[in-house]
Formats: sequence, structure tokens, C-alpha cells
Amino acid sequence: MRKFTVLDGLVTPLDRANVDTDAIIPKQFLKSIKRSGFGPNAFDEWRYLDHGEPGMDNSKRPLNKDFVLNQPRYQGAQVLLARENFGCGSSREHAPWALEDYGLRAIIAPSFADIFFNNCFKNGLLPIRLDAASVDALFKAVEATPGYRLRIDLEQQTITAPDGTVYRFEVEAFRKHCLLNGLDDIGLTLQHVDEIKVYEQKRREQQPWLFA
Amino acid sequence: MSAKTLYDKLWDSHVVRQEADGTAQIYIDRHLVHEVTSPQAFEGLRLAHRKPWRIASMLAVADHNVPTTGRDKGIADPISRLQVETLDQNCEELGITEFRMADLRQGIVHVIGPEQGATLPGMTVVCGDSHTSTHGAFAALAFGIGTSEVEHVMATQCLLMKQAKAMQVLVEGVLGKGVTAKDIALAVIGKIGTAGGTGYAIEFAGSAIRALSMEGRMTLCNMAIEAGARAGMIAADDTTISYLKGRPFAPQGESWDKAVAYWRTLHSDDGAQFDKVVRLAAAEIKPQVTWGTSPEMVVAVDGRVPDPASAPDEVKRQDWARALQYMGLTANTPISEIKIDKVFIGSCTNARIEDLRAAAAVARGKHVAANVKLAMVVPGSGLVKQQAEHEGLDKMFVAAGFEWRDPGCSMCLAMNDDRLAPGERCASTSNRNFEGRQGPGGRTHLVSPEMAAAAAIAGHFVDVSKL
Repeated sequence: MRKFTVLDGLVTPLDRANVDTDAIIPKQFLKSIKRSGFGPNAFDEWRYLDHGEPGMDNSKRPLNKDFVLNQPRYQGAQVLLARENFGCGSSREHAPWALEDYGLRAIIAPSFADIFFNNCFKNGLLPIRLDAASVDALFKAVEATPGYRLRIDLEQQTITAPDGTVYRFEVEAFRKHCLLNGLDDIGLTLQHVDEIKVYEQKRREQQPWLFA
Repeated sequence: MSAKTLYDKLWDSHVVRQEADGTAQIYIDRHLVHEVTSPQAFEGLRLAHRKPWRIASMLAVADHNVPTTGRDKGIADPISRLQVETLDQNCEELGITEFRMADLRQGIVHVIGPEQGATLPGMTVVCGDSHTSTHGAFAALAFGIGTSEVEHVMATQCLLMKQAKAMQVLVEGVLGKGVTAKDIALAVIGKIGTAGGTGYAIEFAGSAIRALSMEGRMTLCNMAIEAGARAGMIAADDTTISYLKGRPFAPQGESWDKAVAYWRTLHSDDGAQFDKVVRLAAAEIKPQVTWGTSPEMVVAVDGRVPDPASAPDEVKRQDWARALQYMGLTANTPISEIKIDKVFIGSCTNARIEDLRAAAAVARGKHVAANVKLAMVVPGSGLVKQQAEHEGLDKMFVAAGFEWRDPGCSMCLAMNDDRLAPGERCASTSNRNFEGRQGPGGRTHLVSPEMAAAAAIAGHFVDVSKL
């Protein structure tokens, strides 16, 4: 997994609540058996004027100029500013894969759906919960300032705005450690093979029907 | 010892070890696998030269991509076909039990797990699918995971996670005529919102919940995720135990007796503390219909499409306005005046035998309205289909003008060929009314099976409690 330490990135706003993972990556693209290449189809139904299917040449498709991520000023954005309950719905990890492949490294919102939030950390993508008033202030600032960037420091747990305002955010110590060091969860868990075996043996004795 | 919630009991009994910040390594008893969220996990295992930790914990089935008609001809779409064949190959190579498309036991993963007795009380159950919350109906800790975690469970039989907060949703009293578990689920979501359960595990309790069949309990827990909670659960009781008896994967003989004795402890203790309690009176719940593009955009069937001007805040006002535009609806329209184009009875929420019986009872001897282009019934599994046919439900549906299909996820998410055309309006027993969920530009109204069947017959929504 890619490390996340410090990011100084262009911000793009997506001003709607309850953005679900069906919207982030529509179902027809879930037929892929690969983990990469979902970026061109992130927000497919909002981003293009035609209906997208796997295998199309996305560079030739008509763009929806009204969709905020298509505006020239937000091209190359690495930080997504969103509203409450971002990533709700389906557990598809294709959603963070698509956002990461699109070029995003961090998402700031008042709240995230649990499964999506969890999936982000497995893919080097940092989801940051900020209070609604701060998110509101950031939306106004992004709107008013072309080229608006934020500096996100995971070690310090801070977001620094161009005017010097610093927003502190919370992140669980273990997730932070894994993200800062780009650690593979499976490798970490397998350091405790003996403990899993001991637990499993005990469980086998107490509830043998689970192992029949 | 202090009083514990059901969630505490399930959590505590699965902790293998804990990090300093409270992140725990949780043991997983049952891993259900389907074709969409597993190929990258199998590939990851292979690349790392790892083998699944406990193959017997896994049960696999293809459900999202499978056709619901003309199945003998195979899957026409080559990309869908490759995904299903990839699952077949992975299972064959590793010796994982899989119900293939031609197997009578094939069906929606959240229907077949309980049907086979592969979901048991006291288990942790995971699947790369958010509706895994369904299995919590059996006093199991069941939740959806992403593909990285699918790989993690395959490789280690464990997951790393923190304990969620506990919410109790208490529904006391008796449900009115025509009011179902689906209506409880939608009423709860209407009350607490789609993010109301975020960060919580929900236990549904109270006399109205105890009175539900296992099918109803599964419908309710299935939709816990639509309230934002990864896990929903219900205490084990006689209903749970009699449902499981004799199921192929359930314990038998002496083992059964021992298991039942343990299962009977799987309830919240008297005086157990919840972080949040939400109360609903069963008698006040009416049949529900969603009007927008989020399950929380829901009203009773005798209500009206709300006016964005009356939204509680600016974000919601914009949300509602956008939803009305997408749905092609005008504020203040009575729900009963909304005409529909299609009807879908199916999905992991409402495709079990009881759901089909309820819908058939409404449709019996009547006919689908002329303005309804397609009304389809998609059983949750081959065994549900067989049982329904044994009871003659298929003939009732067909005589009433419904199509009788083969089992799968079908038009709940429209990954196969079953989908809405742009602008089409559907009365659907599924779980999500998101934009484009049932097909690009499609308009979904979530309802119970009874409500869907009644809408098919009338051509618009009707109040089944008045039939």
C-alpha cells in the first residue's frame, strides 16, 4: 500500500450529501476482475453525457460540463471536499479504487459511511472527518479561490489552509500507523499466527459444530 | 459480571487479541463469497503465495451477474461470464464449496446462507457485500466488508476492527394489517436517516420484532446498512432455533442440543446499556413508499411527496429538490397517484418464500394493470423457487401477468440484463433507490412485497392496509 505522510493538494468540491458508492462507480464497471483502471469511470453517470460501459474509449465520450469535477479549475485535484454520509451504500471497494485511480489521495467530509471509510485506509486514501461548520467554511473558500490547495499532515493530524487556518482531525492510532508506513494489514495479522491458532483451538473445543 | 448487550457477547467471544488503541483482531467463523468482490482477493492471495486459512469456513455462489431467464444458454455478456467463471475456477482450484449456476441450491448469497444453515447463532459472518447484515437475524455478528478485507479473512481468518457503539431499536406492539418487516425497516430509516446508524451496531428488539418470522427478521436486518449500521441483529429464540433445525449445515444430534443450549444465551441481558435507544410503536407504522433517491426519503402510502421548501436545512432542501427532479415528481403529489411502469419482486431483502406467498396472495385472481410494462418475480434461490412452485405460487403469478424468473440479484442492482430504461418508474421490493441503481435514469420506489404486488395490479401505489 502507498504511504500517506504529507499532501499538498488541489481541492475539488462535491456539494451533495449521501453520495453513494453506486454513484462513485456504477455497477457495470464492477464486472472487472482487476483492481486498477476504474479512474476514468469514477462518477460515470454524472461525469459523462452518454451511458458508459466497460471497454469504451472514455477519452472520446462527451463530458458533462456542468459536473463540478469536469471544470478546468479542478483538474488534477488530489483532495475531495464532500458532504455528510459520503460513500454510503454498497461495500464495493471499487469505489476507493476508482477515486484513487482518478488521482485523489484524501477526502474531507462531515461524515462517511462505515464500510467505505474502512476501505479507504486499505488503499492509501485518507478519509478525514471534520465538523460540518469547518466543512462549510472550506466549501466557501474553495468556491471563492481558484487554485485552492490544502496541506494535509497525517503525522501532525492537521489540515492547513492557505490563509494559515489549521484544522485538527482525529484518526485512530493503528490506522494512522499503517497509513504512515504503507503497511500491509495481512502481513501484520500474520505476525500473530500462534495467537490465531490458540484461539481457534479453544473455539473448536467449545463450539465444535462450527468446525464440522 | 455486568449486564451485556447481544453485540457485546458476540464481540467479546471473537476477540483474538487487541492493539493498544483498542483495535481488535476478530475471528471470523463464516465467509460467504460471491463473484463480484472476490476475484481481486483471490488474485492478491496468489500473488503473495498465500493459501486460505480455513477453506471449510467458506461458501461461494454467483448471484449478481447471473441471468434470470434462458439460463441453459449460459451468460451472454462476455465480461459477466468471465467474472462468474473466475469464481468457478478459484473455488475449484482451492476446494471451496460453491453452488454453481445450474445447482438447485444456487441463489442470492444472503438467502442461501440461512437457507442452508450455514449462518448460525453466535457466529461472525462476513461477505464482500454490504447486505451481509441480513445474517444478524440469527443472533450472529454479520457485516459487509471490502475486497481487501475479503483477502484478509481468506488469509488469516481474522479482521482488524474496533468495536462499534450499540444501538437498540425497540419496536413494541402489534403491526397493523398489511404492514411488514420491510415497513418497519423503512420507518426506522425515515426516523433516524441513512447515516443514523453510522458507527453503531443495531439490535432490533421488542414484542413486534419477536413476533416476526425469520424471513421478516432477515428483511429487517438486511436494511440495517441502509440506516448506516454495518451490522443489525436480533436475539435468538424459539423462532430462530426451529428455523435452523434440520438445515444441511446446521449441527445435528448431540451437537445440536449443545449448540441450542449456547444459542439460548444469545440475547441482551436485562439492564444492558446501549449507547442509543430508538423507539417505534408498531401500531403507528403504515405501509411505506420511498419517493426519492435515498432510502430515508420515505413516507407512508397515505402521504404526499414532500415539498423541498419544508426541508429542515439547506443541504437537505437541495437534496430533496434534486431527488424530485431525478424522480420526475412534483411536491405535494399524493403517493397513491404515482403511476408505475415496472414491478420488481425479489432481492436479498424480499425474495424468500414468505415474501412470495404474501405477494401472491395480493395478486391471486387479479391481473397486472395495462400501464405496467413488466412485473417480474425473482425468487431468492433455486430452493425458494422450487418451494413456491410446489405451492402453486408460480401459476398464480403467471396467471396474473407476472413473469416468473430464475434466482439472482437481478434488478436490485441491474448488473445482469434486468434493468429499467431511463425514466421508467418501478415499484421494487429491493433495498436501494439510488440514482441509476436499477438502470441508468431508472426511478425506484422501495416497498414491501404486498405493496409491490398491489401496485402491479392497480398500476399505481395503493394502501394494502385498506384492501
